[in-house]
Amino acid sequence: MNKKVAIVGLGFSGFGTTTPDLSYREMIFEAATRCYEDAGGIHPQAIDSFVASSEDFMEGISIADEYVPDQLGAVLKPVHSITGDSLQGLASAMMQIKTGQQNIVAASAFSKVSNLSHHEHLVSYATDPVYIRPFNENPYFIAGLEMNRYLHETGTTRDQCAKVVLKNRYNALKNPGACYGARLELEDVTGAPALSYPLGIYDMSGHLDGAIVVLLASEERARELTDKPVWIKGIGWATDTPNLDSRIEGMGSAVYAKLASQQAYRMADINNPFNEIDFAEIDDTFSYKELQHLEALNLCGPGEAGRLLELGCFSPDGDIPVNVSGGSLGAGYLHEANGLQRLMEVILQLRGEAGPRQLLDVETGLAFAWRGVPTATGAAAVISTRP
Amino acid sequence: MEDTIKVAGGTGLTADDIKSGKIFLTEDSLDCAYAWDTGVAVNRYLAELKQGKIIATRCKKCKRTMLPPRLFCELCFIPCSNWQYVQDTGIVNTFSICHVHWDATRIGKDEKPHLPAVIEIDGASEGMGIMHLLGEVDPEEIKIGMQVKAVWKPEAERTGSIIDIKYFKPL
Repeated sequence: MNKKVAIVGLGFSGFGTTTPDLSYREMIFEAATRCYEDAGGIHPQAIDSFVASSEDFMEGISIADEYVPDQLGAVLKPVHSITGDSLQGLASAMMQIKTGQQNIVAASAFSKVSNLSHHEHLVSYATDPVYIRPFNENPYFIAGLEMNRYLHETGTTRDQCAKVVLKNRYNALKNPGACYGARLELEDVTGAPALSYPLGIYDMSGHLDGAIVVLLASEERARELTDKPVWIKGIGWATDTPNLDSRIEGMGSAVYAKLASQQAYRMADINNPFNEIDFAEIDDTFSYKELQHLEALNLCGPGEAGRLLELGCFSPDGDIPVNVSGGSLGAGYLHEANGLQRLMEVILQLRGEAGPRQLLDVETGLAFAWRGVPTATGAAAVISTRP
Repeated sequence: MEDTIKVAGGTGLTADDIKSGKIFLTEDSLDCAYAWDTGVAVNRYLAELKQGKIIATRCKKCKRTMLPPRLFCELCFIPCSNWQYVQDTGIVNTFSICHVHWDATRIGKDEKPHLPAVIEIDGASEGMGIMHLLGEVDPEEIKIGMQVKAVWKPEAERTGSIIDIKYFKPL
């Protein structure tokens, strides 16, 4: 069970707010082709197993996992889907290698959210039919409740949340895969129309279409396939109770992020994440989420994230650059592929392939994803250049 | 069916108990609308159906003529852009006779059963074809291996859909 697991291939297709030129199959085929080429041109026949992350409701097909094999080259191979964020899928793929069951495993996820007429409906159907749905609210009120409680408990300010938006959308200007890059002023965000108080429309990330495929391998196979492996040092995931009104640490806290990262840090032998993590790509589906998650991930103390953000601690030239890619606010939100999107930037940075936004001297990065409203599920992965 | 379901040791429920609100329940209906991007392969397939033609793609490596057409061969894992028209005739690979509607209600005495069938299309590789319906045939006379031909909707009624072909009838 102590086998080391490397990421040996990365491929993507997209990204765009709409992608009418390709079907989801064709989009994933493009991402998979790039991924396998990145891993030395491996043919999928030589890949042992495949894991996809998806949510049937998003795709409009019951048992969408049955539609996975063709575009990954996974026909007649072990295939399964994880109904969860793609970092949970990554964990599943990793375990297949750690147990010795498989040597080379592909993990994939995609978003075709532009094909949904009313995404809010689907988010509503994720809420409890007896306790929540009868109120008939736009589901993002839940984010408003969380944000309000988080600000109340920590003393974080509305402006500090807005500054997350400024940072991430500005960072996105250096990322060709980001669709929401912009140079905004504070008043643009704080003066924007309200969504669900205290949340304004700019505090929420926009939708994105795209596909991402990564290839994992055991240490010995990794050395054969690539000379630029990065290593999954630790991974963790956790889910709080679904009851919005009685979460274990209340709505102001992201306890799922705390528990998921503790599991990942323990596995990666990280005792002081602030000193040992060089940069992080973490969920910022909503502006306050980046700050709330930073605290839960123990990258700063409780209530400190907003102040440290203002000091530039999380800027590209700060102590721990956070969401150099632009995050979801700057790049766009990829739904169940959110985790692989965060991971993709970590891989590019560690390989030194991040172009104009390349960070200097980075060895260890953290990817963290949240499953979005109304969930209390998160997954974290510690990735390093050293095995 | 009896109005009351008798349960040993319990209290029977009637439809009226539910309608009159004696039983607590929460009703909800889902409203999901999708408009899937067809992409390159499906788009061309549907556009050709609208013209009354069936088109396939051919893999240059394994030489399969694939139907429905796809932009990549899922076995060889290479792109396929070699388009090829096939016939609108074929043979019945397998079929069934539907004695119930989609919601499991039984069809009426004078109602004709739907006859879903897999048609291996002439010109496509062996084992490749179209899932469709049979028509203008007595269910008792359908045989696996039977030759059939597409019956198309009139051109003005075609929309670029798999049901631009009404059904396949014996040749």
